[in-house]
Amino acid sequence: MSTLVLLTLTGLGLGALYFLIASGLALIFGLMDVLNFAHGAFLTVSAYAAWRTAETVGGTGGLALAALVGTATGALLAIVVELVLIRRLYGRPREQILVTVGLSLAVPALVQAVWGADSRPFPVPDALSGTVGVLGAQVPVSRFVLIAAALLVLAAVNLFLSRTRYGLIVRAGVEDRAMVTALGIDVTRAFTLVFAIGGALAGLAGVLGGLYFGSLSPHQGTSLLVFAFVVVVIGGMGSIPGVALSALAVGLVQQYANYYVDGYGDFAVVVLLAAVVLARPAPRLAGGVA
Amino acid sequence: MSTNPEPNSPPSPAPSPAPNPAPPPILSVRDLRVRIGQSSILQGVGFDVAPTGTTALLGRNGVGKTTTVRAVLGLLPEEGEVTGGTVRLDGEDVTGHRTHTVVRRGVGYVPEDRGVFGSLTVAENLTLAERAGGPHHYDLVHDLFPELKARRAQRAGTLSGGQQQMVALARALLNDNRLVIVDEPTKGLAPRVVTEVAEVLQRAAERVPVLLVEQNLAVVRRLARDAVVLDAGRTVHTGDAAALLADRERTTSLLGVGRHERPERSGQQAGERPGEREQREHATKETT
Amino acid sequence: MTASPASSAARSAAPPSSGERPATTTGPAGPAGPAGPAARSARRWRGPAAPVAVLAALALLPYSALEIPVLLDGPVNSPGSLQLLALCLVFGGLALGYDLMFGRTGLLSFGHALYVAGGAYGTQLAMTELGLGLLPAIGLALAGGTAAAVLLGAVSLRGLALGGIGFAMVTLAFAQAGSIWVQRNPGGLTGGEEGLPLHTGAVPDALVGVQNTANVYWLALAYLALTAAVVWTAVSRPVGRVWQGIRDNEQRVSVLGYDPFRHKLGVFVLASALGVLGGAMHLLVTAGATPRSSTPEFTLTLLVMVVLGGSGTRWGPLIGGVLFTFLDQRLAVLASSDLVHGLPGILRAPLSEPMVVLGTLFVIAVYAAPGGIASIRRSLTWRRGEEAR
Repeated sequence: MSTLVLLTLTGLGLGALYFLIASGLALIFGLMDVLNFAHGAFLTVSAYAAWRTAETVGGTGGLALAALVGTATGALLAIVVELVLIRRLYGRPREQILVTVGLSLAVPALVQAVWGADSRPFPVPDALSGTVGVLGAQVPVSRFVLIAAALLVLAAVNLFLSRTRYGLIVRAGVEDRAMVTALGIDVTRAFTLVFAIGGALAGLAGVLGGLYFGSLSPHQGTSLLVFAFVVVVIGGMGSIPGVALSALAVGLVQQYANYYVDGYGDFAVVVLLAAVVLARPAPRLAGGVA
Repeated sequence: MSTNPEPNSPPSPAPSPAPNPAPPPILSVRDLRVRIGQSSILQGVGFDVAPTGTTALLGRNGVGKTTTVRAVLGLLPEEGEVTGGTVRLDGEDVTGHRTHTVVRRGVGYVPEDRGVFGSLTVAENLTLAERAGGPHHYDLVHDLFPELKARRAQRAGTLSGGQQQMVALARALLNDNRLVIVDEPTKGLAPRVVTEVAEVLQRAAERVPVLLVEQNLAVVRRLARDAVVLDAGRTVHTGDAAALLADRERTTSLLGVGRHERPERSGQQAGERPGEREQREHATKETT
Repeated sequence: MTASPASSAARSAAPPSSGERPATTTGPAGPAGPAGPAARSARRWRGPAAPVAVLAALALLPYSALEIPVLLDGPVNSPGSLQLLALCLVFGGLALGYDLMFGRTGLLSFGHALYVAGGAYGTQLAMTELGLGLLPAIGLALAGGTAAAVLLGAVSLRGLALGGIGFAMVTLAFAQAGSIWVQRNPGGLTGGEEGLPLHTGAVPDALVGVQNTANVYWLALAYLALTAAVVWTAVSRPVGRVWQGIRDNEQRVSVLGYDPFRHKLGVFVLASALGVLGGAMHLLVTAGATPRSSTPEFTLTLLVMVVLGGSGTRWGPLIGGVLFTFLDQRLAVLASSDLVHGLPGILRAPLSEPMVVLGTLFVIAVYAAPGGIASIRRSLTWRRGEEAR
């Protein structure tokens, strides 16, 4: 029983991390058709910025400041990428994907050049390094931090989407971007905003990922990104509640399978993805005339 | 998409108040040429929209009516571009301008597929259409469409086709516009709803000039003062709408229909209730 | 209920004709090529003359003792140079095979590394675990890889229900699973992070050892020639026209009576098989199987090579693969040189990782030369309308 509790909470923590990354990806893809491969790079750079901050300041206060710095770094990086690189390729989604692919290769390499290829320990303050007893299981405190952060983000994103004018623009734009502009709205400002939100969430995920894994490395972002993509595909592009549920499912399946099927969690996730893809209705035209 | 006015573009009406009795047009399209992919869709479309009343844009299916409207608004698909000509809105050149800047100059637009956001509520659809810096005529909208007030919290995707058309029209009439462009508003609607829509358009035209793309000639007869006819990407006729519709030979040659006939309809519309199709077919039989 | 996100996703994954003018891209049943003297010169380039000349020149390289100071450390026929060139050729072939999907059919796969790594590890494991010789081992890897491609390709193509992005993501997920499996070192099979050294016992002596580097080079060249022959033949056949039709307008293809699903699966399996073979070559040229060949980054670099060279063109992917690999290797040498170590930190850091330079170069290239190297060359040397495919 205690194992199950531990696995569940760990899986929820991992799902929380996936949600933070995938929700930004889904918003960006839903609104702009940009499959943002640079998302992992945002995460990695933010994680290193946060790590430097936490090392310098130290303690719980240092971690709080690091979370702030990481989130801001992610948002800033995303805004720069959108304004300088993505915007010029408006209406050319293929080139937009290629540019983010280029960034996803160059940025982690740059991080590796500056801070080395080896993973670094992420300073976890004493207050968060302990465990809490839940139903007989000793669960690391950091898991609860992650779950709480994801719930807060989920609530905040939902509030943004349902209560603000820009949220309205984003929801409408996911459905029919051209019609939004036909109502006299400059949808490119919503693009920048959505990129900034996605970047901020990726930055936060970088910090919390450091907390969850206790370490960081230049290619951490990229490998997390792959699972975030899986989450987005399972959850449906552009649907935040779908992404939240899917992140939960992927995190739990990965943890349970890792324990009960001897380290095959990642395979279980891929099998889940294949099952979901096969269960979806077949593409209407693929059958052709034959 | 960034074809800017060329210096040798056709002379525009002088901006100074002319002694000419005809008021300057609100929309003036000259020699508009559009290519989509490899095909030239428009090869010289030109017409004026008078500053009052309804101007109908007519022609057979596929002659470029919707493309014309979309080119005016800068809403061509990715692979499309304006290759020549000018579009002036109230005397200002807006050729190749981005959609939202054109719309903000005071254009309401009801697209062919209505463009209602199905996942948003009726109220949200209207809120989204509110343009900054101008009054929002909710009183007018609720007067024209009392049903929308009652259904304000309902998701637009769950409305019937006719109700969705009401939402789309309401969005276009919410702001103070200089021109409202309506693309096939009665397509796929039941006869009763067609009448309602025509009434709304008639009332709208009392406040704001309307450019109406329409296949239903009964509706055109009722609403339009001027008519522009396109064929194969060119303007082939402009003039008085009633005179055109009265000339059976012309109507047949330009529009491909007898004047009592209704043109062929495409298949069942999204959001249309099953009953509506039967009604419509029944109606078609009656009028034929 | 508008289909806008899905349809735009499909749009985004379908590479456009990349510099070729759509006017000359004909449908599956269309006539071939332009006419007139321009066409004749293009046809000469398209015909056997140029490839045979290139092949002959490349085949003679191991007899050249030419010194190229900055580009190569030793003479051309030194083992170090030949090994580098062989690696370039292998990647030229891999990029050419990948472009069958990406540039020719418009399928954006992020999982090609799975088949390359499958070829490398499969061949190696067939030799060590099953005691097979090199050729049967490659044959087994090829058979296994092809079977896997049929199965996984069918599942991945179902992902197209979500638009082109669905296919991209599902292929990515499969490859990631493979990559994690390789790095986890199950039962000590894959060597984990270290990879596996080539099992030389099962490899013919003529391909082992520094003194035989020229033979390995010729083998790599043979692989490239085979890949080029397969790719170029396939795209000039009716099936190639169908692929092109799928890329340009899938709906029209199905209206014409072709089954897009079977053709897409076909091109996926063919490209994967060429990838498996390339993986086996990679194993021989680098004398080992490395987990790097299984990662998503590996596929991304193939994509970069293809786009840099010019996707959907005859020579572009090949040139892109060769050049990218050469730069990657030489920049790595440069990075560890005294020249870079003497630089101030702000310059040293980016130059010490080849991927920083190459990734940046790629981003710039997407803006500056959307059609890749092939389009630059074309616009410099040929008049419009003479583009060779």
